[in-house]
Amino acid sequence: MSTRTNFDNDLNELKGLLVKMAEKSEYAIKEAMIALINQDMEKAKQVIDGDNEIDDLEYEINDKALLLIARQSPVATDLRKISVALKVSSEVERFADIAVNIAKSALHLGNQKHFKEIIDIPRMMGMALEMVSDSIKAYYSEDIELAKKSAEKDDEVDKMFGSLIQELLSYIPENPNATNQIIQLSFVCRYIERIADHSTNIAENVIYLVTGNRINLNA
Amino acid sequence: MVTAFMEKTTENQAVQSSSQSHKESILKVNNLEIFYGEKRAVNGISMDIEKKSITALIGPSGCGKSTFLRSINRMNDLIPGARAEGEIIYEDLNILSEQINVVALRKEIGMVFQKPNPFPKSIYENITHALKFAGIKKKSKLDEIVEESLKKAALWEEVKDRLHKSALSLSGGQQQRLCIARTIAMKPTVMLLDEPSSALDPISNAKVEDLIVDLKQEYSIIIVTHNMQQASRISDKTAFFLSGDIIEYDYTEKIFTNPAVKKTEEYISGRFG
Repeated sequence: MSTRTNFDNDLNELKGLLVKMAEKSEYAIKEAMIALINQDMEKAKQVIDGDNEIDDLEYEINDKALLLIARQSPVATDLRKISVALKVSSEVERFADIAVNIAKSALHLGNQKHFKEIIDIPRMMGMALEMVSDSIKAYYSEDIELAKKSAEKDDEVDKMFGSLIQELLSYIPENPNATNQIIQLSFVCRYIERIADHSTNIAENVIYLVTGNRINLNA
Repeated sequence: MVTAFMEKTTENQAVQSSSQSHKESILKVNNLEIFYGEKRAVNGISMDIEKKSITALIGPSGCGKSTFLRSINRMNDLIPGARAEGEIIYEDLNILSEQINVVALRKEIGMVFQKPNPFPKSIYENITHALKFAGIKKKSKLDEIVEESLKKAALWEEVKDRLHKSALSLSGGQQQRLCIARTIAMKPTVMLLDEPSSALDPISNAKVEDLIVDLKQEYSIIIVTHNMQQASRISDKTAFFLSGDIIEYDYTEKIFTNPAVKKTEEYISGRFG
């Protein structure tokens, strides 16, 4: 097999590892959200424990990327593939950290009865998860249009975040005993808003990967 | 100095610049074609070479880059059947003109080859040989030029105590720097380097690369290299040649990070060639 073919295989392997890491992180976010809504402490703990595996994948991706830079002296698209893999891996790692944060919020809230039914937060999460899924698909298939489409949803998530926070805080005067719960849920809203931001960063990296141009999709 | 390599003065050879670049140009190549007998090796290329910068010529073997390089100081004249059409404008004169005094031209446009080729003489004589030929006889002047050239070629400290030893006793890397010193001694304005460090070990290669980068303060340098990393490390502009054409010519940073032409990308990333 030629050196070039080996290099292409290594680049594909790098991409594969990153997609695997992204799938695990996406799953962790979903599980953390389910743990929060269903007050499932066991699930929340599993999400927290599972973070190490995702961290290890990030280290593996970083090591592989640095080795390819050292051994192949990549240029142009090859170089962008590697630098984007490094950047996207740290965005994905943030997804996993956020999943841990949501799981910790679930543990904080414990089994105390929700002061009201939680409907909008999962809805906002659904939208953020679509962005995660689309941005990773866009990365995998190097699809600029899908990357742009996924980033377009960021504004909606931001709006939803603003109105949800206002709504949550407005409940405090009538439900002073639920203040802690409301603050934790506000944190969760903030975490979800950050998921959308990291997805947008991934989308920007996809555009850079394909075109070599940097575009701010978060403007 | 301009007219030093003209045997006859000409009045009609001033050529207007057709394109503007960021830096002043030292050479303007207009529709240059080079033939070996019936075979055309360079297909009507045009490019401006910037003054006091390093221009790298890259491309697979047989793409015409060395043929082009050699045409700049008329080295192809030595090859039977080789001929060039078009223009290479230097100091308002067409280098390809029959009226050019080629010996004088090569003083201004010097060349260093892939394999170090010192004369089988002393280090000192390697530098003074051409100077004497050019009429410089005074020992103090020759001493001065030898020291200055060797210093500029970053070789002085290594050889100052053995100037009269054979140049062949030097290592390959030192021999190549001596060849560069020999070119510098003629006080050229343009230096043509044909894969100058491809036959050297990594340490010598690094020394020669450092030297080339230093030399651009004073000289305009055109380098043919098969080493993509070398082109990306040291050159300011890069021209990618393929089958006698320039496929892409741009700032090196652009060529190696985001080339405009797919073929360029395929070549620099090792997909062919």
